[in-house]
Amino acid sequence: MFRFTHLVAAIAAASLLTAPVQAQELTGTLKKIKDTGVIKVGHRDASVPFSYLDDQQKPIGYGMDICAKIVDRVKAELKMPNLKVEFVPVTSQTRIPILAGGNIDMECGSTTNSVERQKQVAFAPTYFVTGTKIIVKKSSGIKGYDDLKGRTVVFTQGTTNERAMKAYNDEKKLGINFIPSKDHAESFLAVDTGRAVAFPMDDILLYGLKAGAKNPNDFEVIGEFLSDDPYAIMLRKDDPAFKKLVDDTVAGLYKSGEINKLYTKWFESKIPPKGINLSFPMSDGLKTAIKNPNDTGVGACGRMKC
Amino acid sequence: MDFSFLSQPAFSGGGTYLDWVISGIKWTLLVSILAWIIAFTIGSVLGVLRTTRVAWLRTPATAYVELFRNVPLLVQMFIWYFVVPEILPKALGTWMKQGMPMPEFWSAVLALGFYTASRVAEQVRSGIQSIPAGQTQAALATGLTMPQVYRHLLLPMGYRIVIPPLTSEFLTIFKNSSVALTIGVLEMTAQARTISEYTFRTFEIFSLATVVYVLITLAVTVLMEFVERHVRVPGYIGTGK
Amino acid sequence: MFTGFDVDVIQRALPYLWQGMLFSLGLTLLAMVGGIILGTVLALMRLSSYKVLTLPAGGYVNLLRSTPLILVIFWFYFLVPIAVKQITGNPYASGIGPFYSALIAFTLFEAAYYCEIIRAGIQSVPSGQVNAAYALGLNYWQAMIRVVLPQAFRNMVPILLTQGIILFQDTSLVYVVGLTDFMGAASKVAQRDGRLVEMYLFAALVYFIFCYFASYFVKHLHTRITPPR
Repeated sequence: MFRFTHLVAAIAAASLLTAPVQAQELTGTLKKIKDTGVIKVGHRDASVPFSYLDDQQKPIGYGMDICAKIVDRVKAELKMPNLKVEFVPVTSQTRIPILAGGNIDMECGSTTNSVERQKQVAFAPTYFVTGTKIIVKKSSGIKGYDDLKGRTVVFTQGTTNERAMKAYNDEKKLGINFIPSKDHAESFLAVDTGRAVAFPMDDILLYGLKAGAKNPNDFEVIGEFLSDDPYAIMLRKDDPAFKKLVDDTVAGLYKSGEINKLYTKWFESKIPPKGINLSFPMSDGLKTAIKNPNDTGVGACGRMKC
Repeated sequence: MDFSFLSQPAFSGGGTYLDWVISGIKWTLLVSILAWIIAFTIGSVLGVLRTTRVAWLRTPATAYVELFRNVPLLVQMFIWYFVVPEILPKALGTWMKQGMPMPEFWSAVLALGFYTASRVAEQVRSGIQSIPAGQTQAALATGLTMPQVYRHLLLPMGYRIVIPPLTSEFLTIFKNSSVALTIGVLEMTAQARTISEYTFRTFEIFSLATVVYVLITLAVTVLMEFVERHVRVPGYIGTGK
Repeated sequence: MFTGFDVDVIQRALPYLWQGMLFSLGLTLLAMVGGIILGTVLALMRLSSYKVLTLPAGGYVNLLRSTPLILVIFWFYFLVPIAVKQITGNPYASGIGPFYSALIAFTLFEAAYYCEIIRAGIQSVPSGQVNAAYALGLNYWQAMIRVVLPQAFRNMVPILLTQGIILFQDTSLVYVVGLTDFMGAASKVAQRDGRLVEMYLFAALVYFIFCYFASYFVKHLHTRITPPR
């Protein structure tokens, strides 16, 4: 009896001692991952080559590869080699509410780090630098933004490009007729089928869509940048522990130069499913971002005031 | 809840967010009412045809009802918007996509109208068939022809009987008009989504949208009760309340 | 651009479409079961003689029946996770996942419709049956569970199943939040391969065959199980 009470006291004391330590170590997303044994990764359907579905409908891409490194780091940190990874499809419109709601732990796609979004979510260091241009059919005769006067333009709902294009339209009083669409593939198809004459989007995604089209030579990407869009992995706000892990992982890739291998793999080599090569050399903007990893966001209306 | 964002200037287009809400209500009403006109007209014809004894009139009407009732409205929207212009002759298809004003709006009206017509047809048919056969026989015995029986007995009685189920179809069309957002019509629900995205006031704007739909329901219910009272046949079943 | 009807694109997408179909069917069945259970509770509340029960149940049913399903899906998709956080008090509570968000939305939405069907079904049971049950000494619950509900459900089976077919069609609306049900899968393939005509017509055909034969089965069942009067 005596020994038994001692044992109970010892266990109680031990748990009192260890409990706070554990709580200190694990908070937020990391605790959630530890408790549930699952990490949920948000991906896109058609953000080539960042995050898109291959022929087996599996999410792949540059962003997915970087997120895989983060998952590896989480596995090591939590000592959970068998951590389950669940992929959740998101759209431009649903990504922020789904992340904030906890249905995904990070979004690995083509999300612009904007000041406005930072009120809702946090961002990992910039991993790509792009900006808004438009894609048109060569046969349409559209040579610049001002040719869009009174024409129909399709946009993907919930993108920074939508805002940049609308701000430009307001400023220049072009009277563009806008039609919304749910995802980039649908928007591009609207241009392909002639329903809209142009689709404003980050130029890299436009090159990806063009390369994947049945007749890539029918299309061209035109215009000056309407906005500057630094891409980054999106995380929940106010979760310093997880953000630090992600930041360190990404910065580590930059420091070790591993990022160059990933970049070449997705932007300068043949990529699935059709074996196209985007042949898109690394921009100076991205080189700077890799030299100084940062999570600085951009304004909401592109290069226009709003 | 803080609704002050409604008076703020909207991100684009010059007006306030309240203007976006009003525009959403306008499109919801326009799509629904135009679609209802199509649904009521075609549905009535089909419903009557389904009660005739002439097989070559009845069979196509039945086929229509089965076809349009068994495919989800969303799929029908997509077919009207995405598929029809592609399978029509090229010039016409191109016109539907580029020349025609507001292609998404008219596609939505047609899709919703033809879809609801199948449901209206079923209500009209069951209304007419619920009239006891004895009445038709009596009417024929007095020397009326079959078209006259329809004109003076089956249609006037049938339509009175189906007012309650038709009211519910009419209410449904306002709700179903929200499916039009999938092809880009900026009706009430679509505007609510867009505003929530621009202002992050999800709770407020969704509540407001819900209230709008509840008010539409109330207005339609009151209107149809008025119609029902106005046309009722004294002493006939179903008018007792 | 649509040169010829490409059957091959459908064939290649079949495994993916099948996954989507399983999602649609799973969502339909679970929402139907949940909707009928919750709908029965709501119906009993609406038929009770206590205002504290009839008023909230009636308000709930009327509210849900005035609201478009798409708006309800948005409501739940974006606000359920927030509610879960509030309830559990854990700001990083595990999200309940898109499937369950959709399931909750459909269950709560369908419950309002099932409630009205079940209420009518209960009211169609002759009151003599209830009186006879009370006369035998059964209490309210015994009378409900042993006498009224079995008869009511027997009468209602065809209508409940028909509502299930409508629900199956309605599940296509999860498209709006980007979930991969049958329609979501079809539209993703359609957009990726630029084959809208083939995929959407194929989707329509599949829904048609499924719903047509399901309704035919329900009609057949209706004539078989209708009790003699």
